[in-house]
Amino acid sequence: MDFPNHLFYTEEHEWISIEADVATVGITDFAQDSLGDVVFVELPEVGSQVESGKPFGVVESVKAVSDIYSPLSGEVLEINEELPDTPELVNSSPYEDAWMVKIKLASKDELGDLLDVEAYKAFVEQQ
Amino acid sequence: MTTVARGLIQEEKLIFEHSDPGRRGFDLPPLDVPEAKLPEEFVREEIPGFPEVSEVDVVRHFTRLSTWNYGVDGGFYPLGSCTMKYNPKINELLCRLPGFAHIHPYAPEALSQGALELMYRLQQALGEISGFPAVTLQPAAGAHGELAGILMIRAWHEAKGKARRKVLIPDTAHGTNPATAAMCGYEVVPVASDADGILKAETVRALMDEDVAALMMTNPNTLGLFESDVKEICDIVHEKGGMVYADGANLNALMGIARPGDMGIDVMHFNLHKTFSTPHGGGGPGSGPVGVTAELAPFLPVPLVVSEQGRYRLESDLPQSIGRMKAFYGHFGVLVRAYAYICTLGPQGLRHASEMAVLAANYVRARLEGAYHLPYTGRSMHEVVFSDRDLAGGCATLDVAKSLIDRGFHPPTIYFPLVVRGALMIEPTETESKEVLDEFCDAMLEIARQAAEDPRQLKDAPVRAKVRRLDEAAAARKPVLRWTPES
Repeated sequence: MDFPNHLFYTEEHEWISIEADVATVGITDFAQDSLGDVVFVELPEVGSQVESGKPFGVVESVKAVSDIYSPLSGEVLEINEELPDTPELVNSSPYEDAWMVKIKLASKDELGDLLDVEAYKAFVEQQ
Repeated sequence: MTTVARGLIQEEKLIFEHSDPGRRGFDLPPLDVPEAKLPEEFVREEIPGFPEVSEVDVVRHFTRLSTWNYGVDGGFYPLGSCTMKYNPKINELLCRLPGFAHIHPYAPEALSQGALELMYRLQQALGEISGFPAVTLQPAAGAHGELAGILMIRAWHEAKGKARRKVLIPDTAHGTNPATAAMCGYEVVPVASDADGILKAETVRALMDEDVAALMMTNPNTLGLFESDVKEICDIVHEKGGMVYADGANLNALMGIARPGDMGIDVMHFNLHKTFSTPHGGGGPGSGPVGVTAELAPFLPVPLVVSEQGRYRLESDLPQSIGRMKAFYGHFGVLVRAYAYICTLGPQGLRHASEMAVLAANYVRARLEGAYHLPYTGRSMHEVVFSDRDLAGGCATLDVAKSLIDRGFHPPTIYFPLVVRGALMIEPTETESKEVLDEFCDAMLEIARQAAEDPRQLKDAPVRAKVRRLDEAAAARKPVLRWTPES
């Protein structure tokens, strides 16, 4: 399974890439593999506020419906408009084409709560 | 290959494809009275696409389709969480008695005494089985019962002057519980069960505050484990002024042995169609009565059936009631079946049914443990959850399910509960003989062996079913919902 070194992760299996005060969020290779074929993705509206640890969207596969939890708090700057029409991107390209939202961070304090790649790999091992 | 199914499966076209212009299933004699003309604007020229078929076309069409069905009358149906037990035919006979089957919902009380007495007695019987002093029979099925229960909790909080915001739901509860809480306007707070699959009292204590309206738990939970901290959890929730809702879908493990009302639960719904043996799983309708403590009784839906000096009547004068949950009086036919089931078994029989359900699940567990990974090893109640972790050849839960179809068994529930990766949730129920359980276990063991020796066979399954493996992802992403004729 692929876990790029430059990303941060959460125990809810989201990945986060940070550029200045903007975080790009998606779900990990482990998450898409566990879910199986993804058939539906629901994302928040641009301009809405998301809160760390609270669900901001939904991903549905042939096996299950799961909430997507926001890893950080802030305002939704942009969403991946293509994803709802092509949910299979979550399976084929979880870290690139299937990015989900870009969040303008309310504060950088929460970044300390994220896992680095080693910590996330160790967490996945236990699953 | 062990198998209990072999033979002829009829192909069958859509009824529209049988159509032949001018073919019909009737032959009327010549008109011997003057023909009355309908006003032109009311006469339809032609019904587009309306099939023109003969009587035998219609009979064969639907009979063939019916042979594609799989039901509990046809074979073993270990669909975990659904309690697909055999439904005794005496229940069907009794609910078809003309006095029950033909009664009109607007018939006056004086002419409906038998039906009202049955409802009253069922309320009493369910109350006794569960330990709740008051019961409504209205909700149409389980999730509707949840809705009634949480609406009562909300009304109770509001009557005390403080509507709360949150509902705690463990990750081992039924999937409908969070949906119910959200529908009632609550924020759902997921609660993690412990490493042994049990919800721990200290976990609840850490999350419980005076903004939590209720905790919703399923006991036994969806791992088939008894929530042993239930009494302490109820005390913790009550101390902070909250209520505890129990999803009674798994009551089949407890009848006549333990009562949720005695454990400190405040509200619980029953799934009559599961526990009390009425047709479901495509055969519906269900029925989801709700039992409550004396404190919540004033909030029950109306009308309730009450008894006064040997007569029965509908009581609607409950000022704090959440109102009516359903037109008329619930799914009355299901109520008759459930009451017949309770009476035919009696207290000892119900207890025996639960004991045998637990024994059957533990027998399956004992035979399959070793071949399939058992993620939670606490004592199983009425169902057991395995995973595909140790399957060889890269085979997964879905492959096991499809391979069971080739061997003539309905697959168990798969990929649920979500706390188990690749879950296989098996609920055999008390109505299966040891021989049937052995046939199923033999098939499961053979599948596990095949995964190691020839995994391709599992991946190709089903090969004997009506259709091969369906593309579920394409069906969900690009559903074709309408038939269009080939022109």
